[in-house]
Amino acid sequence: MEAWRITWFTVATALVATALMLPPGLALAWLLARGRFRGQVLLDTIVSLPLVMPPVATGLVLLGLFAPFGPVGRVLSRMGVDVVFTWKAVVVAMVVMGLPLLVRTARSGIEQVDRRFEAAAATLGAGPVRVFFTITLPLARPAVVAGAVLGFARALGEFGATVMIAGSIPGSTRTLAVGIYSLAETGRDREAFVLVGISAGIAFAALLGANWLIRPSGERA
Amino acid sequence: MISLDVLLRQGSFTLEIRARFDARITALFGPSGAGKTTVLDTIAGLRRPSSGSIRLGSRVLYDSAAGIDLPPRHRHIGYVAQDVALFPHMSVERNVLYGRRAGQRLSLETVTTMLEIAPLLGRRVPQLSGGERQRVALARALMSAPELLLLDEPLTAVDVERRRRILPYLERVRDELRVPIIYVTHDVSEVRQLAEHVVVLENGRVIGEGPAGTALLS
Repeated sequence: MEAWRITWFTVATALVATALMLPPGLALAWLLARGRFRGQVLLDTIVSLPLVMPPVATGLVLLGLFAPFGPVGRVLSRMGVDVVFTWKAVVVAMVVMGLPLLVRTARSGIEQVDRRFEAAAATLGAGPVRVFFTITLPLARPAVVAGAVLGFARALGEFGATVMIAGSIPGSTRTLAVGIYSLAETGRDREAFVLVGISAGIAFAALLGANWLIRPSGERA
Repeated sequence: MISLDVLLRQGSFTLEIRARFDARITALFGPSGAGKTTVLDTIAGLRRPSSGSIRLGSRVLYDSAAGIDLPPRHRHIGYVAQDVALFPHMSVERNVLYGRRAGQRLSLETVTTMLEIAPLLGRRVPQLSGGERQRVALARALMSAPELLLLDEPLTAVDVERRRRILPYLERVRDELRVPIIYVTHDVSEVRQLAEHVVVLENGRVIGEGPAGTALLS
């Protein structure tokens, strides 16, 4: 039963994290694909940083930010919201670690959208927001779906940052990845392998679903 | 009436054009590479000139000295580009209605009847032939209630037979809707059949202009 509770918790938090990373992720992808502004390279680098930094280091930075005396945590705790070592910390770690994959994939999709369609929409009276939602986003849909699935899959498997900011509290913050480590460390290999099997199954289903979604419509049976 | 006085530098190419277009259809005529499409892009607001001004009637669309540069969506100019750029993920009907403005005097029915595209409304863009695409793109531009219509070689992508069939539609737009048109072409026969006035462009400069069908074309 414990395995299913961990599975449910991980999938639910990863889904929440994916939903939360979509608005800023798409905005960043569009800005990096279509914007021409100073500091663009710097922004690109900062967004991608969690991909190459050791996840535990990212986790430690997040812990510093979200702890009750950290710059973000202080504001949140004044509003009565505690983050560290709760499920919210799990979501924060997942968003930060999944976001770069979403941004990079969606960005390359947006870059491939032919600008003549956006130009045509503009001459027909559409402002930038309408152009984005009616032209750019639908035409970049396969890349956006793929980016969201990669972000979701990354969130499912998140370990290093999660352990730092959320810990491994059974029934409260323990995810599949953290659970596998905790069980294996205490010699409960059989239970750990059950979680490994579940993780592989979910990741497989997510990727299969994404591949089906982004197939050209003519090929869908 | 549209008046242009613009200088645009792009790499080694320089467009320097001073012209007034006040005929119902003005043909912008010249060899490829003369800068015809660049002129249309500049009028539509898709390319920013280095300096100069563009006026449409009493409205200033661009004026480098006054710091005015209206974005394309506020220019009220219908533009049918050479590749027509119909939105591939939408039905024909959604394409045609995309730019419909509030208070539009033309109804969907009027436009679809005039261009004979009513039977195509439910289709998807990839299912259309070259000639059908041209008519749908024309309908889409007309539904945005343009004060000026820019057509970039609308007949190059279609074969001779279809060309013969599309020309009458353009004549109807010219005669029934009375939207002024700037028509880019390098085909003398199209100029003779449609245009009232011709501006001849070469290497980014106007080398002549006058009523269509004059010795200018020879």
